Amino acid sequence: MDLILSAIDILMRWDVALALLAGSVGGVLIGAIPGVGPAVAIAILLPATFSMDPIVGLTVLLGIYGSSMYGGAIPAILINTPGTAVNALTTYDGYPMTARGEPRRALSLAYSASFFGGVFSVICLILFAPVLAKVAPMFGSREIFLAALLGLILVVVAHRGQALIAGALACFGIFLNSIGMEPVKYTQRYTFGQDFLGGGINLIVVVLGLFALSQAFVLLMDEDEKVHLTKLRGGMFQGLRELARHPRVAGVSASFGVLMGMVPGVGEFTAQFMSYTYAQKSSKRPQDFGNGSSEGLIAAETANNAVPAAAMVPLLALGIPGEALTAMMLSVFYVHNVVPGPGLFQNDMDFVVALYLALLILNVLVLIFLLFATRSLIQVVKIPNRFLGVAILTLSFVGVYSLRNSATDCMVAAAFGILGFILKRLALPAVPIILGMVLGGIMEVKLRAGMARVKEPWDFINRPIAFILFTIIILVLASHIFRVWKERKELKEAEWQNKTSSTSFGRLLSRRKNSFLKDRGKEVRGRHSKLLRRLKGLF
Amino acid sequence: MTTERERRFVGPRRGQLIFALVFLGLSALLLALIGEQTAWVKKTRLFAQPRFWPAVSLGGMVLLGGLHLYQLPWRRVSRYDLWEARQWGRSLEYALWFLAYVFLVPLIGYLPVTLAFVPLLARRMGYRSRFMMGICLCFAVAVVVLFKGFLSVKIPGALLYEYLPAGLRSFFILYL
Repeated sequence: MDLILSAIDILMRWDVALALLAGSVGGVLIGAIPGVGPAVAIAILLPATFSMDPIVGLTVLLGIYGSSMYGGAIPAILINTPGTAVNALTTYDGYPMTARGEPRRALSLAYSASFFGGVFSVICLILFAPVLAKVAPMFGSREIFLAALLGLILVVVAHRGQALIAGALACFGIFLNSIGMEPVKYTQRYTFGQDFLGGGINLIVVVLGLFALSQAFVLLMDEDEKVHLTKLRGGMFQGLRELARHPRVAGVSASFGVLMGMVPGVGEFTAQFMSYTYAQKSSKRPQDFGNGSSEGLIAAETANNAVPAAAMVPLLALGIPGEALTAMMLSVFYVHNVVPGPGLFQNDMDFVVALYLALLILNVLVLIFLLFATRSLIQVVKIPNRFLGVAILTLSFVGVYSLRNSATDCMVAAAFGILGFILKRLALPAVPIILGMVLGGIMEVKLRAGMARVKEPWDFINRPIAFILFTIIILVLASHIFRVWKERKELKEAEWQNKTSSTSFGRLLSRRKNSFLKDRGKEVRGRHSKLLRRLKGLF
Repeated sequence: MTTERERRFVGPRRGQLIFALVFLGLSALLLALIGEQTAWVKKTRLFAQPRFWPAVSLGGMVLLGGLHLYQLPWRRVSRYDLWEARQWGRSLEYALWFLAYVFLVPLIGYLPVTLAFVPLLARRMGYRSRFMMGICLCFAVAVVVLFKGFLSVKIPGALLYEYLPAGLRSFFILYL
């Protein structure tokens, strides 16, 4: 109780209240505009938050992170275009509801489900915080190294069908982090004698390039789309009543969101997929899923909104971000010399609880805002793409230039903008680069510190948590290899099915024998042996 | 005809081969330079060597990038790949717009350059109406007032502001 009171004390400031309001309303607006998304907004606003108190800056960023998914449901339901990437599943059941004339029901249900997911996860984590405070100090250098490695591996293997290039891009991120002056032996790494590379490549410059500038380039080269909006009539409160009729789906989906959010690199997509599958399998009307099922909409929206609070757990408890948005938030901590990790839970538990309470208040503010302002808010969907591109390019300048007033930073950001644009066009992931940069730095420091006390390789995993993490890494890699092997087998089978020949080994040998006995085979072998004789004759 | 392998590939075909080739080529080049660009310190353990992490990361880039290239279902650069490369080149125009904006702000000033940049780029994008130009000007003023005036982000005053009268000069340097 004392802890909660001291956390409330931290939040009882006008600037925190303003930050909460700006973050929640701004986040909803940003989420509602397809093509912007929280990553772009957070990247642009990061440098502006450096001059604020950590709690104020983090509240703004958390506000945007937590509320953008509420806003993202609006275009997903009304025009079948997800406002943020994680609202893609909302279109499955949200848009069919709009198509059959129930947009208001779909929106209010999405808001209510999102609210339930957000509040459920915050309450879970506030209750879970004392346990975390006990577990976090058990993480030494070796455990943090292994947890960071696990996070990186999970991010890579989560990109199904693209794991190889995702791994290569994660390695690229680690390489970017290693550029510049090495802090222990003071030697230069890949600076090519250039002064601007001596200080290394700034994470925020890369983030702004890969997320904001690249998105601006995409929008500027895109065509403006004509949007037809459905008119909304009546109140927005019916969703709360409807949600109460599906407590099982909502509870299980929120639990999946909390659990998946805590695992670095997994996040919203896995949580949504699991919740949606569960809801469909346990539903009395599974045939409605994808055709405007209220249970499907609840599962998707509850799961994705339960993730932001849970995603703060590895960041705050271990200093390990699980995805791009929390990686950006890590830089706010570093700027203010607040080091997230076991020490934060031991010494500043009230700060951690204050952040969770801020998220709780934020969810209430967003719900109130949306219940009353949706009809006006939906107009932002009409902002033309190319104008959005102009706006993002203008705002990106503030983000990059205000960091160090360096034109070189802007050039580096522009280069990463083009790289991000290429990755977007090829549907390749940019997130592994950011996580490689952040986790690469953590792994380098922690491995060096951890290995200083290790005499034999086995010593590295002789502590219980280190051993558990190592075992999980092996299991994840083994399951990924098994999956790849299975996919290859399926591919081979599918390829064979297109052919008329039998796939049995005996038939294969028989065909080989026939080809040897055929006249054409004899002719080719004769020609080859003639060439071989000539070659031997040369020596 | 599209093969099963091509059908199962995640993402579009165009440009994949060029990207994979360039990525692998650059990674191999950087790995070849490792002896020149990093140091090996004597009497230091392997994990504490300054060369260790660049070697791990570049090794990973070459290995995984090479495997990715090997796994691609295409072996020849098609005209679609070249068309895609031209699209990548087109984005350079907007990068140049951005850099021009960056270089002009310290000379002319944040407010005047933003007031010119936003409507000009919007015009380049095909917006001609007075309504859109008005919105562009309002947006430009709002961005400058919000970020420099209200949030006090670090954007220095311009060289041109030095020629303003004393009272106005400090106001412009601080807020616009």
